Amino acid sequence: MNSVMTAPRQEETVSSKSRPLTGNEAIARGVWEAGVKVAAAYPGTPSTEIMENVARYPVEDIHAQWSTNEKTSLDVAIGASFSGVRAFAAMKHVGLNVAADALMSFSYIGVNGGLVIVVCDDPGIHSSQNEQDTRVFARFAQVPVLEPSDGQEALEFTRVAFDMSEEFDTPVIVRSTTRLSHTRSAVKLGTRRAPDSKGFIERPHKNVMIPAHARMQHPEVLNRVSKISEAMNSSPLNRVDKGDSKLGIITSGISYTYVKECLPDASVLKLGASFPLPETLIREFCASVDQVLVVEELEPVIEDALRIMGLKVEGKAYFPRVGEFSPEVLRAGFAKAGVMKAKPTEAAFEFAPMVRPPVLCAGCPHTSCFMALRALDTRVAGDIGCYTLAVVEPLKSMDTCVSMGSSIANAVGMAKSGVETKPIVATIGDSTFLHSGIPPLIDAVYNNANITVFLLDNHITAMTGGQDHPGTGKTLRGEDTSRINFLELVKALGVKWARVVDSYDMASMQQQLREAIDFKGVSVVISNRPCVLDPVKIKGPAMAVDQDTCIACQSCMNLGCPALTWSDEWYEGRHKVKIDLEACIGCSLCAQLCTSDSIVPATVQP
Amino acid sequence: MSDHKSGPTNVLIVGVGGQGVIMVSKVLAQLCQNHGYEVKQSEVHGMAKRGGGVFSHVRFGPKVWSPTIPEGEADILVALEWAEGLRWINFMKPETGTFIADCQRIVPPFACRNRGRGAEATYAPQTPEEIIEQVHAGYAIDATSMAANLGNSKAANTILLGALSTALDFPVEDWLDVIKGFVPPASVDINMLAFQEGRDWAQAGEKRIDETAKGLHQTHDTIRHNQIETTVEITADWCKGCDICVKMCPERCLRLNDKLIAELALPDLCTGCRMCEWLCPDFAISITNTPILEPAE
Repeated sequence: MNSVMTAPRQEETVSSKSRPLTGNEAIARGVWEAGVKVAAAYPGTPSTEIMENVARYPVEDIHAQWSTNEKTSLDVAIGASFSGVRAFAAMKHVGLNVAADALMSFSYIGVNGGLVIVVCDDPGIHSSQNEQDTRVFARFAQVPVLEPSDGQEALEFTRVAFDMSEEFDTPVIVRSTTRLSHTRSAVKLGTRRAPDSKGFIERPHKNVMIPAHARMQHPEVLNRVSKISEAMNSSPLNRVDKGDSKLGIITSGISYTYVKECLPDASVLKLGASFPLPETLIREFCASVDQVLVVEELEPVIEDALRIMGLKVEGKAYFPRVGEFSPEVLRAGFAKAGVMKAKPTEAAFEFAPMVRPPVLCAGCPHTSCFMALRALDTRVAGDIGCYTLAVVEPLKSMDTCVSMGSSIANAVGMAKSGVETKPIVATIGDSTFLHSGIPPLIDAVYNNANITVFLLDNHITAMTGGQDHPGTGKTLRGEDTSRINFLELVKALGVKWARVVDSYDMASMQQQLREAIDFKGVSVVISNRPCVLDPVKIKGPAMAVDQDTCIACQSCMNLGCPALTWSDEWYEGRHKVKIDLEACIGCSLCAQLCTSDSIVPATVQP
Repeated sequence: MSDHKSGPTNVLIVGVGGQGVIMVSKVLAQLCQNHGYEVKQSEVHGMAKRGGGVFSHVRFGPKVWSPTIPEGEADILVALEWAEGLRWINFMKPETGTFIADCQRIVPPFACRNRGRGAEATYAPQTPEEIIEQVHAGYAIDATSMAANLGNSKAANTILLGALSTALDFPVEDWLDVIKGFVPPASVDINMLAFQEGRDWAQAGEKRIDETAKGLHQTHDTIRHNQIETTVEITADWCKGCDICVKMCPERCLRLNDKLIAELALPDLCTGCRMCEWLCPDFAISITNTPILEPAE
């Protein structure tokens, strides 16, 4: 095995072939090149495309799968590592919370086959519920964390992480961020090198974490971190860009590119790994410059560590601890620190941009569910999925949203509080239900909570772009597999009242939901229509509004459907409505709501 | 075309989810890479694709560091939708930036929230004339209609690429080669035509506004629609609390009070649509819409 610490940055096996790859595609390539045998993930923006791309490599080379949740995916990878092959799991930052239980123990156990977890953080919260920093988690778990800064490094660091994992007997985290994962740049490709399987090694003191064994392993973990820290001093993962000795900048990951954009002449210590830190290298660098600034997105992980080392550095005094970095953010910080001139901030145009929040798609089967919930004046415990968009007007019928699978247990708590006067409903999507909704449903049945669970089954993991799950009957590679029957599943769990309703039948939806709410105990309503985008884009005959008969009552506009907008015609001071024929998929919900029967298929319009 | 020696060329491509922002930026990125430049193309995925605003940064040159374009440094802003172009307009270089926008409006449901009488959609009020006058080079092009006239409304993006091609120094054949790789085989011919049409249109001047776009987005004469006053009368003795009016009111401004009698809880939201009046099985609700002849001063 090539030692990580001596391996050249570019190996001779690298061909001159280069391709435009996103960070996620480059990571997937790195996984394949490293000879990984088993890879598992649960989809989550911005990490989703990693596993989708891993699955594009030959099935003989690598087994790639969607798991039901992040912990399961990590446990699958750990199992493969026990068997002596290289193993991989990918997840978003909050996914690591779900997988944390396995990670914390596995850190004590160490690896047989190399194991790498790619975790994609979301600074700026483009598509998440928080912006936690995975580097804090890595330190907590005493697991090294590598931070690539561009597509090329995303590939190379991923590959190197496997060597590192095996050399130091540790799981390794590669941390990406939304910006890196979704930036496409030219990446030089290498070839695949698959190490031979070592087979399972029977060593209970290392593989079975009973207290006696764990007590022995903990000192090993601390020892391991010191060894890696020492080796990092000379690792090519860390490097110094020699420049002006007046100012030294210590940075990592994507922030490095912003630093180079703003201050191309400064001395920069680019850390490829923000845990563990190379102490000697850092001390040498700090001694070689007059002033040191630490530039890192989110938490002051490096800055705090340097302060503990007794070094005089500044960071979060100038650069924000919240949000995503950009050249503008860094310029403002450098100006505040007095190392760069402030840029005049006069904008050429001064007007407030129009608000355009994301909306449920035209024909989205979730729409009628939330129309009904609002009409029935319910207290809705929500969950993670496209349907979280029902929190805003006009659907405005979601009261809470915490984390994956929280809705049902949140509803149980509301019911048991004894003070909620409205009917309590938990809404949860099919994929989220399978991810972490089943134990709380059992909890609700077990404790006889008076709640209604609204299982919004659109037959796909929709928000992340249409991934299969156990309820679709297809695997990641598109093979047929057994398909979960939700009605039978919830009945097997002990639910006494469970029915399936058609999301495109507004009246039935209201009726069934009303009956479910009237039922004392746990009732489950399963809405049943496929997502209009995935796996196939649904497009039926479009509807149109008869402008002669529309009385502009706005009932249809309460759907919030993006195919509906105001026309140029008026009725008693209100806009009549028109339908975008390209966008409309013909779900007919608006026609069902229309009080003047003005909405008809476009083909019968004059 | 901007001077490469001073740094990378920055093209910001924006639009609404589902329009093809990513396709346009991929074409440009591929073209730049074919010409030997370092290219970084940065985009957003996830929630944003659900009809929200979408953007993609394309930067190319001998060396590119940041994947995002610093504010005020985009050489060219390509907007697949008018208001999205305005959202990002300050990312353009104020002195030398080129603004290329489809003048078609996609008015989101969120813009139709003000149900007050005579209220307009809260869409960007700036007219193409106002904007194009203020930019260094600007094009308000009706690419959507041009593409529809060619027989394929999806070719609007290729028309915009044609317009974009006039602001960058790449040979036309190279553009066409790359575009061929990104469109379905059956629509190659129509996209070749679309590219040329967009290019010809933009070559006709440094500032141009499509005839159909002129006068767009001007605010409506709202007074005309405000001259009605609504009163809602509910005869409590006749109401049996059936809840129909409450459930069917589009503005959700009615409720049942403690005695289960319907009442107008949020009079400001009432638009006088008469839905409750028509649906009440007991004729307990009466709506009067009185025209106000003299507008109040």
